[in-house]
Amino acid sequence: MQKKQGKQSIVFANPPIITSTANIGGPMEGEGLLGNYFDHLIEDNLNNLCSWEKCESYMLEQVIKTAVNKENSEITDIDCVFAGDLLNQLMSTHFALRELSRPFVGLYGACSTMALSMLVGAMMIDGGFANKVAGAASSHHDAAERQYRFPTELGVQRPPVAQWTVTGAGAAILSATGQGPKITCATVGKIVDLGIKDPNALGPAMAPAAVDTLWQHIQDTGREPAYYDMIFTGDLGSVGKTMVIQLMQEKGLDISSNYEDCGCMIYSESQDAHAGASGCASSAVVFCGYLYQMLVAGKLNKILLIGTGSLHSPTSYQQKESIPCIAHAVAIEM
Amino acid sequence: MPNDINKQQAQQAYAQKLSKVQPKPPLLKNIAWAFVVGGLICVVGQFIMDYFISIGMSKKEAAAPTSAVMVFLGAFFTGLGIYDELGKKAGAGSIVPITGFANSIVAPAMEFKREGYVFGVGAKMFVIAGPVLVYGMVTAFIVGLIYWMRQ
Repeated sequence: MQKKQGKQSIVFANPPIITSTANIGGPMEGEGLLGNYFDHLIEDNLNNLCSWEKCESYMLEQVIKTAVNKENSEITDIDCVFAGDLLNQLMSTHFALRELSRPFVGLYGACSTMALSMLVGAMMIDGGFANKVAGAASSHHDAAERQYRFPTELGVQRPPVAQWTVTGAGAAILSATGQGPKITCATVGKIVDLGIKDPNALGPAMAPAAVDTLWQHIQDTGREPAYYDMIFTGDLGSVGKTMVIQLMQEKGLDISSNYEDCGCMIYSESQDAHAGASGCASSAVVFCGYLYQMLVAGKLNKILLIGTGSLHSPTSYQQKESIPCIAHAVAIEM
Repeated sequence: MPNDINKQQAQQAYAQKLSKVQPKPPLLKNIAWAFVVGGLICVVGQFIMDYFISIGMSKKEAAAPTSAVMVFLGAFFTGLGIYDELGKKAGAGSIVPITGFANSIVAPAMEFKREGYVFGVGAKMFVIAGPVLVYGMVTAFIVGLIYWMRQ
């Protein structure tokens, strides 16, 4: 049976079910707007471990274990784990998976990794190659900051367009059978680069990629934006969000009433995070906590989650390259 | 190459749209903070220098120990995790004085301790301050050369 639809989309024949999710956050995330929607909160950014990277590994391992426990399975029931983070060579993910010892595929989609992991996981299940998979992603503010920008103790001023990398992780268990919201279709994004070079302005750099994927999703599936109760992007922040609404308007579609960005949902104004949250964990903690609970409670029935990632590296921006961006969409329906 | 032109046009159009939406840094507030904090750091420096002069040093002799004390203070407050909070507000006001120079060396040294004393602290200590030193010395050399040739 043909599951490919249109140019870039997939409609699943047997939609995989998200049977459970789990998330974890750092202290700043706990004090934020979604503080009540975390399974765990760590007390400080080290959590009594000897490095930030180890702390990130711990968080990723913890969310996968918690998500498995929540749906009364054993970790050995997981046929494959799809996961990734922001660090070089997926350091945090690889060390977390060393402890879990399950079949594993590492993903790098920068901040789009959560949506990407669910997209690939869903394909694996619908294809009949697995019965139960886990999709997970993590990021850590300090670990990311020191790799991509400056040492954390350096006294630098951040511009208002800058976003704050979320410390946290999220995991979702996808299963061929069970109860829960289903992944009904997905759109694989392509790289879009409109020439933004400022590594502080990641939200605005990623916005055209999100619009490209959303537009293609609408073309491929024939679903209007109004089909969804809510459309969420991963971590565009307030400036990126404004750009998405504007770019969609230019295409003749008004999404301002049912569109939100996960990066605008995590921190409150007083937390001084500037344009909002970013990082793999931005969409991961929001989807695997708040959004999943809203879906299960029936307050949201149909959502489109668009993971957005900026695929630059410290080397690429030092070489004055612009920022290539990508967005992957998964439709999740009750 | 019509594709390249299209691409360039698309990039320019997007940059234009973005410039209307992108928030500008609060210039006046930033300047005021930089002026006040930078000024206060210099006042502290002046008090320290006056102290060294009061115990019998000449103005020229007092300069070196004053710098040393200010560098120590910059390093100390970086270690306490206060200097980065100050820098977030004060910007250039806390970067330009010599305390900021101490901050730029101590911050990476602290951060990369986990990679060991050779490839961590030793190698990364000057990632921020290194260029300042290199170009500072080059400039000093050129100025010195001009001074020497004029004599």
